[in-house]
Amino acid sequence: MSFKGRQQQAQAIWEQFTQPGRLRVLIGSATCGRAAGALEVKQAFHEALAEANLTETTDVVEVGCLGMCFAEVLVELRGSDGTRVLYQGVEPRHVKDLVQAQLINDEVYAPLALAMMGESGTEIPAFDKLAMIAPQVRVVLRNCGIIDPTDIDHYLARGGYSGMARAFELGPDQVIEEMKGSGLRGRGGAGFPTGVKWGFARSSVADQKYVICNADEGDPGAFMDRSVLEGDPHAVLEGLLIAGYAIGATIGYVYCRAEYPLAIERLQGAIEQMHQEGFLGSNILGSGFDFEIKIKKGAGAFVCGEETSLMQSIEGKRGMPLSKPPFPAVSGLFGKPTNINNVETLAAVSAILEKGADWYSGYGTEKSRGTKTFALAGKITRTGLIEVPMGIALSTIIDDIGGGVLDGKPFKAVQTGGPSGGCIPAQFFDLPVDYEHLAEVGSIMGSGGMIVIDQESCMVDMARYFLTFTENESCGKCVPCRMGTQHLLRILTAITQGKGTIDQIETLRKIGDTMKKASLCGLGQTAANPVLTTLRYFEDEYRAHIEENRCPAGACRALITFSIDAATCTGCGACKRACPVDAISGEKKQPHSIDESLCIQCGSCRQVCKFDSVHVQ
Amino acid sequence: MPSEQHSLEAILSQYAQNRDSLIPLLQDIQEQFQYLAPEAIAAVAAHLNLSENDVYGVATFYAQFRFVPPGLHHIRVCEGTACHVRGSDRILESISRSTGIAPGQTSEDGKFSLERVACFGSCALAPVVVVDDKVYGRMTAPKTQKLIEEKK
Ligand SMILES: Cc1cc2nc3c(=O)[nH]c(=O)nc-3n(C[C@H](O)[C@H](O)[C@H](O)COP(=O)(O)O)c2cc1C
Ligand code: FES
Repeated sequence: MSFKGRQQQAQAIWEQFTQPGRLRVLIGSATCGRAAGALEVKQAFHEALAEANLTETTDVVEVGCLGMCFAEVLVELRGSDGTRVLYQGVEPRHVKDLVQAQLINDEVYAPLALAMMGESGTEIPAFDKLAMIAPQVRVVLRNCGIIDPTDIDHYLARGGYSGMARAFELGPDQVIEEMKGSGLRGRGGAGFPTGVKWGFARSSVADQKYVICNADEGDPGAFMDRSVLEGDPHAVLEGLLIAGYAIGATIGYVYCRAEYPLAIERLQGAIEQMHQEGFLGSNILGSGFDFEIKIKKGAGAFVCGEETSLMQSIEGKRGMPLSKPPFPAVSGLFGKPTNINNVETLAAVSAILEKGADWYSGYGTEKSRGTKTFALAGKITRTGLIEVPMGIALSTIIDDIGGGVLDGKPFKAVQTGGPSGGCIPAQFFDLPVDYEHLAEVGSIMGSGGMIVIDQESCMVDMARYFLTFTENESCGKCVPCRMGTQHLLRILTAITQGKGTIDQIETLRKIGDTMKKASLCGLGQTAANPVLTTLRYFEDEYRAHIEENRCPAGACRALITFSIDAATCTGCGACKRACPVDAISGEKKQPHSIDESLCIQCGSCRQVCKFDSVHVQ
Repeated sequence: MPSEQHSLEAILSQYAQNRDSLIPLLQDIQEQFQYLAPEAIAAVAAHLNLSENDVYGVATFYAQFRFVPPGLHHIRVCEGTACHVRGSDRILESISRSTGIAPGQTSEDGKFSLERVACFGSCALAPVVVVDDKVYGRMTAPKTQKLIEEKK
C-alpha cells in the first residue's frame, strides 16, 4: 500500500474513534495519572460498564497526559449524543454515577465536570477556554491525551509520518535548510540551533554515523520528556528518523532514564509498529534510506544527560564527560560522527517537517522561535505540563495558566533550569520567557522545569538542596567541579545551621566563578548557578542566617522553634496525634503546648493544624 | 542454587560479547536477582572478557546498581526539586522512623529497604513515594506511616 493509502486507512479508523455513535471513555493513564489511581478507575469502568450491559458498545482507552496533573484522575466521557465532557478527580467510587449520568442518561455529572470538549452551551466552560488552556499552543504536545499512544493509526491519522514522507521528497540538504528556517533551538538546555547542528554532522564523512535521542531528563523536577514519550512516542521517533535521514545516519539510539518504565514500554511498542509499517529497516518507503532504532536504558546518573557522558554510557563505560573538541558531530559515539537531540526537540522536528518552517517560526520571538513545554510544579495551584509560545510573560504562566501560588500565598521566586539554573525573584514577574531574557536575569531556560517557590521556602536552603544534588552527581573527573561542589555544599550547610561567617559570602562567589570558568562539562560550569542567583537576589536571607541566626522563611531547622498560639488553639488534638516524637501535650479542648526539648522541628503539627495556631520563629 | 545459575547463564547468552552489552546486562541481572552478587559480577566479567575490577568500576558509577539484596518491600522516596519544595525531607524522616532504617539500608528482618531517588517525573503529585514500583503521590507523614503499617 502507498503511504497515502495507508494514511487514508488510518483516517478511517480515527474517524470511527472520534465520531459519535459508540460510547467512549478516555482515561489519562500516563505515570502521573497512574500514581493518582488511573488504573483502578479503569477497572471500575470495566465493572460498571459490564453491569450496565455496555461493554460491547463502549471503547475504554488509556490516553496520555493532557497536562492538567493537578486534576488527576482525568476522564473524558462521550455519551450517545456525542457530547464529550472532561471530568476531574475521578475515583473508583464515582464511576457508577458517571456511567449512569453521562453514558446512560446523556446528562453531565456536574460534581466532577471540569470542561466540555468542543463547544459548550452550558455553564461548564469549554476546554479551550479554560484559564489553564487558553494561552497554550500545543505543538510538541499536539497528541498528548488525545490519541491512544499505543495505536499508530491514531498518530498517522493526525498527520503523523507526513513529516518523514516530506523529508524524503525534499532530500537531506533541503531538510536541513528547513530546520534552519524554522529557527528551532535545542530544547535539552543549551539552545543550540538544530539545523546548524545537523549541518555539521551531515558534512562529516564516515562509513557510519549515529543519531541519538536524549531522553535522560535528569533535571529533578521536570517531566516534559516523560509525558511526550508516554503520550506520543511516534512523534519523537519520527523526529529521530528525520534527523538520521538528514545527517546520513543509519542507526538511532534512544537513551531513556530507567526511572521511566512506562516511557520505555511505549517506545518499544512504537518501534515494533514502525517495523510493521516499513518505517524502519531498509529502503524505507522506497527512499533508499535504511534506519534502525535501539533503546538504551540509563542507570541513574545525572551527568549522563551530558552528551559526551551519555555516549560513554552507551559504550558500556563510566559516564564521564570528554573534553570538546572534538565535537560529537565529528567524533561521537564509537568515535563516529553523531548528532544528539533532546526528546522535545525531536517531537518539534516531526511537526516542523509536516507543517513547514514558516508555520513554526510564526510562534515565539525573534531569537527564540516556536513553543516550549514547561513542567509546572512546586507551590503552584495547577501543577502540570504546559506548552506556550516563547516570549510569553512569566506572570501569564504562573497566574493565568498555573492559577497562582498555592493557597493564595505570596509569590517569592520561580526556579528554572534545575540544578544548572537559577531562581527568578518576584521583581521579574512580567519577564518574557525566552532564552535571552532568562539568561539576562541569571537563570537559564534549561529543559523546562519550573518550580514555584513561596515564602515558606528558604533560598539558602534551596541553594543547599541543589548543591547536595550536584555534589552527589559530580562524576569527579575534573577538580573544579569535584572540589567546588564539595566546598559550596559545606559552606551552605554551615550557613543553614547558623554556623556561617560573613566572609563566606565572598568565598561562595569566588568558588562559583572558578567553577564556571574551569570545569570540564556543563555540570560543573553551571552547578554554582543556584548559589550565584540566590546570592544576587536574596543576599539579605544569607545575611539573616549568618548575622542574626535567623531563617526568615522559617525553614532551616537549626534556626527555628515551634510554638502553639493558646489564643487560637481549639485543643482539637490533631497536632498531638501528628507529632512523631510526642512533644505535644494538652487536655482535650484546652490549648496545647510544645515541649521544645523534645521537638525535632519536623513541622508535622503545623501541616495538620486547621486553625493556623502553630507558629514558627 | 542451580536454578539461579541456570538463569544467570540464560541471561548472559542473550548478550553479544561486546563492551556495550555491559550496562544492559547488569540491568537485566539486577531485575532478575534484585541485586548484583559477586558471582554475577564475575560471570559478567568473564562473558565480556573484562576484568571484575572494570565491571565494578562501571557498576558503582551508576546509582541504579545495588550490591546487597533489597528488602521485601523496597521503598523509594523522591528527593527531586518539586518534592523537596513540598516537604519530602519530612516524608523520608517519617519513613526512617517507622522502619528504623536510613536510606541505603535494609531492615534487619529483611522487610524494608529504603532509597533516595532524584525524580520520578511525577512531580505534579509531589511529594512522591514509590513502594515496590507502585507510585504514591501527594504523600504526607501520616499517610506514609499508614502505608508502612499496612506492609509490616
Ligand atoms: C550535566 C548535564 C546534563 C544534561 N542533561 C540533559 C538531559 O537530561 N536531557 C537532554 O536532552 N539534554 C541534557 N543535557 C544537554 C545535552 O548535553 C545536549 O546538549 C542535548 O541533548 C542536545 O540536544 P538539543 O540540541 O536538542 O538540546 C545535559 C547537559 C549537561 C551538561
Ligand atoms: S521531583 Fe519528585 S517526582 Fe519529580
